Amino acid sequence: MPTADPAIQLDRVSRHYTMGETSVRAVNELSLSVPHNEFLALLGSSGSGKSTLLNLIAGLDRPTSGAIFAHGQNIASLSPLDLARYRRNTIGMVFQSFNLLPRMTLEENVELPLRLAEIDRAERPARVREALERVRLTHRLGHRPTELSGGEQQRVAIARALVNRPKILLADEPTGNLDSATGEAILTLLRELRSQLGMTIVMVTHERPLAEAFADRLAIMGDGKLLSTSSPKGLPQ
Amino acid sequence: MKPRDLTDLALRNLRESILRNALTTLGIAVGVASFVAIISIGVGLQQLASRRLSESGLFDTIIVTPKTNLRGMGRPQPEPDSDKPPRTLDEDARKEFEKLPNVVEVYPQIRFFTEVRFNNKPFATVVAGMPDSSRNSGSFDGMQGRYFSSVSADEAILQIEFAKELSDQPSSLLGQDLILRYAERQALPSSTINNDTSAAQPDSSGGGFSVVPKELRLKIVGIVETEPAAGYGGYGNARLLIPLATASTLRAAQVNDLRDIVRDSGSNKTTFASLSVRAKSPSQVEALETSIKSMGFRAFSLLDASKSLRIFFTVFDLLVGIFGSLALAIATLGIVNTLVMAILERRREIGVLKALGASDSDVQQLFFVEAGVMGLLGGVLGVAAGWALGRAITFGTNTYLARQNLNSIQLTSVPWWLALAALVIAVLVSLAAGLYPASRAAKLNPVDALRYE
Repeated sequence: MPTADPAIQLDRVSRHYTMGETSVRAVNELSLSVPHNEFLALLGSSGSGKSTLLNLIAGLDRPTSGAIFAHGQNIASLSPLDLARYRRNTIGMVFQSFNLLPRMTLEENVELPLRLAEIDRAERPARVREALERVRLTHRLGHRPTELSGGEQQRVAIARALVNRPKILLADEPTGNLDSATGEAILTLLRELRSQLGMTIVMVTHERPLAEAFADRLAIMGDGKLLSTSSPKGLPQ
Repeated sequence: MKPRDLTDLALRNLRESILRNALTTLGIAVGVASFVAIISIGVGLQQLASRRLSESGLFDTIIVTPKTNLRGMGRPQPEPDSDKPPRTLDEDARKEFEKLPNVVEVYPQIRFFTEVRFNNKPFATVVAGMPDSSRNSGSFDGMQGRYFSSVSADEAILQIEFAKELSDQPSSLLGQDLILRYAERQALPSSTINNDTSAAQPDSSGGGFSVVPKELRLKIVGIVETEPAAGYGGYGNARLLIPLATASTLRAAQVNDLRDIVRDSGSNKTTFASLSVRAKSPSQVEALETSIKSMGFRAFSLLDASKSLRIFFTVFDLLVGIFGSLALAIATLGIVNTLVMAILERRREIGVLKALGASDSDVQQLFFVEAGVMGLLGGVLGVAAGWALGRAITFGTNTYLARQNLNSIQLTSVPWWLALAALVIAVLVSLAAGLYPASRAAKLNPVDALRYE
């Protein structure tokens, strides 16, 4: 349920790159507020800055200026170590290309964030199992990612993102490598998990129909700026 | 990340590129092996040399003489510590030496030139009295026959060269008797002159002496190839060895006696021309020598002469160390190369790890542990291979020596400290080699890394 204090608050955030002598403003003075438990879809053409924005929220990148508040803390001012801790404990990430480690089994892939978070060994199997149960993949624990279909791989990636019980799930084109039926199944799963776990979801996509079908709100970006936010039915908010 | 998880992941990564990592590890192993083998030859040669030298009994012994000794034919001799008052080398001094730290024993030197009769033929040789401690000095290891049965037995051990003079088949001499002919000193009771007498003649403190020819039957109990009584004395090496107590009861006239008799010290005490002070080990000789000199005596040891030998071995060790390290340096480059390649290959994985919450130091440690594990494995393999290589070299050398009818030697030696040092060096060098790749991996920008295909 949205509360007065948003889950994510972007305050005039900019991210500039210098490429040779030209400066690229990937994100330019952007302000946005994402309430708790919202499923927000970030839409825009290629190069509009949506992935850069997602990386900034994820703490993988730092803004050139502006403030990013996530659950009350300004991640723009965190030390590298605290930023790693933030990624580990507050954020779960899902990628277009799944990014599972091919030489690890599903179980080991899902366990990886628990290792990084130094969760007690005895506690890990139950946590892994729980996460895989949520994505309905418990029967393939010992398999390697390459033995799975794209949809299954993305479900493993979601389980891995959930295993540390994050407050915010960030998804970068999660359906980009999947056929439309599988993509829909993945988004259905994300919606379910959002309700079960009370997470906030920010998803970058360029598939507007999917975004409209599953997200609570759409944010359209262009040239590093927020062009508009709207409800799924297209009414400006 | 916890150390166990870190190690788990590192081992998993190493297993993944098994061929390349195995080759890198093998490179370290070859480096360490050549390092160990080369150093082990240095150590082996040094041990061989010092064993031979210590077998000669020279390097743990200090010869003490009084400053007034007429060694210089009466001329004053330059002494660095000439400010110390000279003292008489008597029984009191002997007891003082015995109380010094690290002194095993103090004994007078008894050597005399004499004639031996065997099968009614005369043979000239130098006889030396051997202190009982020489039994364990290593000089008599590998001898034919046995050591003296008691401290004052009428038994003799022959040096092999002398034994060959006595018989074409030296081993047949064992158990046979020979006659020692010597000149016994008999004190002249009427004399009123007291003087310094020679070594081991506590009972002949009278004025002059007469010399009476005597004979002693000795049983040959052993033949020795080393020269246990080599070195001091000035008559060449003693080749007929008898127990020290037996030698002192003979009261055989020695070369020093005559010149001692003309020197009137006015002392009534038993004095010695020289005493041998044996230290526990050659390393204590230098300090012992200094303290004896400070007591007012002249002291001399062959350690002075062996200093250049030690310098030689230090330089030798340095050189072999440098050559050994070269191979290790090449192996280091192998580690750097392997890990830098691994960063390129695992760029995306590093990005994923960071996205999942790995800190820079987690990534750095992961690469560090991988380098360390390769170093440890390579080190263990290398030490084992180096040891085996050393054995092979020793075997080859001994096969050659055997063909030349020479005794076999232990050419190489891998003492525990060398194995440990090689292992530690292998790990440290590997960690150092991992330093650059690990920090490069840690600094990788996760956004770029994730974009990398």
